[in-house]
Amino acid sequence: MIDVLYFAWVRERIGQPKETVETGATTVAELVEELKAREERYALAFSDLSALRVAVDQELADFDAPLQGAREVAFFPPMTGG
Amino acid sequence: MGVRVQQEPFDFAAEAEAFAAGRTDMGAIVTFTGVVRDTSGTLDHMLIEHYPGMTESAIGGMVEEARRRWSLGDCLVIHRYGRLAPGERIMMVATAAPHRADAFAAAEFLMDYLKSRAPFWKKELTASGAEWVAAKDEDEEALKRW
Repeated sequence: MIDVLYFAWVRERIGQPKETVETGATTVAELVEELKAREERYALAFSDLSALRVAVDQELADFDAPLQGAREVAFFPPMTGG
Repeated sequence: MGVRVQQEPFDFAAEAEAFAAGRTDMGAIVTFTGVVRDTSGTLDHMLIEHYPGMTESAIGGMVEEARRRWSLGDCLVIHRYGRLAPGERIMMVATAAPHRADAFAAAEFLMDYLKSRAPFWKKELTASGAEWVAAKDEDEEALKRW
């Protein structure tokens, strides 16, 4: 079980801010593939990974980052703070 | 040292005054504040979303890194989220150092990192609709100088 969070337009495209998923994915990329296979809205949100950033347990990570022991994964567009 | 992520407005003058007060060992205080800008002339307001928890830890990490790189006596970052109208202050950074070079450099470093590494997302609501603000290549490029 892992909490998956979405922010900004990723949240809007997927239609929810957070969900808990049962997954056997060992990397972020595998989790993305599982989500994309679920429904069109996920496939749409994850169609261009270069437009997305990911955080594992609230730390920026790469899509090939391992998920062993991770509790929370978040997907979002490049940040626009300041 | 302080990091505050808040919805409500902050009083820039009062924050700067409180930050500068009571130190006799710091020769330089640099303050910066960012303001909601209406670039199109049609901006009604801006909505800023953030990632509670990660926002505070990411900014905390930036402050720690700034302290490693420069001789700083104190450092303050305030960043707002939620609904902001044009002209409202979004955020502020204050740095105190014995000498001004460190205070300026640390403030610029924090600003550059806040732009692209703090989990905030801005959405602009104008007369013609709502649009997420896209990250700029030059903001990403700006990190390379550090």
